[in-house]
Amino acid sequence: MACVLVPAAEALVTTIAAKVIEKKEKDHGEVKSTAGSSDAGHSVKIPFSKKLKWLTNMLWGGAVLLIYEHVWHGEIVPWFPFLTAASDPADTAEMLHEMSTVGVTMALLITAVWVGMLAVCSAMEKRAESEASADKEETA
Amino acid sequence: MTLLISVFAAVICTVIWYKNAPKNEMMVGVLCWLYWGSSIMWFVDAVFEYAELGAEYFTPEAADMLNDTFLGLSVVALGMVIWVVALLIKDPKGVVKKALTKKEITT
Repeated sequence: MACVLVPAAEALVTTIAAKVIEKKEKDHGEVKSTAGSSDAGHSVKIPFSKKLKWLTNMLWGGAVLLIYEHVWHGEIVPWFPFLTAASDPADTAEMLHEMSTVGVTMALLITAVWVGMLAVCSAMEKRAESEASADKEETA
Repeated sequence: MTLLISVFAAVICTVIWYKNAPKNEMMVGVLCWLYWGSSIMWFVDAVFEYAELGAEYFTPEAADMLNDTFLGLSVVALGMVIWVVALLIKDPKGVVKKALTKKEITT
C-alpha cells in the first residue's frame, strides 16, 4: 500500500548524511581514491561518504521503481492525499501496519546488503594495503 | 513475475558493468543500483506474500501473471529512461557538450 515510504524516508536521511560527511571529509582533506587505484603513497581506502552513496543509490533506485508500481496498482495517486488508503481510516490502519512490517523489512534488508558490501570492501582494502606494504618492503 | 524480470535486469546490468569496469563511461552502475534496489524490495514483498498465501503464491492466475509481466517490463523501461536521462545530463564522454558547442559555432 505504502510500504515504499519507509525506504524512501531512509533514502532521504542517508542522502543528507552523505552530503554532510562528504563536506566534512573535504574539510579534513581526506584523499579521494577509488578501489584498485593503489598508487604509491595514496590510500586505497574508499571514503565513507562514497560508501554511504551506495546505500543511498540502492534505496532511491528501489523506491522510485516501487513508487511506479504503486501508481500502477492505483495505491498512489497524483492528487491529495496521494495515498488512496489515507482516505479511509480502516485502510489507513492497514497501510500503517504494512509500512511497519513490509516497509521496515525492506529498509532493513537493503541496509543489511549494504553492510555486507562494506564488509567485503573492508576486507579488499585491507588486502590491498598489505600487498602495497609488502611491495614497498620488497623494493626497499 | 515483476521480481523475476527485475532480477534478470539487475544481473544483466551487473555483468555489463563488470565487463566494462573500471571504465564507467556509460554509467551502467546507475541501472545496477536501480534494479538491485527494486529487486531486494520486491523480494521482501514476495516473502510476505508467500507467508500469507503459501504455495498458492507460485500458481498465479494467467491474467495476474500477464499484468505483472507488463508491470515488470515497464519498470525495466522506466529504469532505462532514468539511466538515459542521467547519462545525458552527466555526459561523461562529453558528447552532448561537443554537439552543442559545434552547433553554436556553425550558427
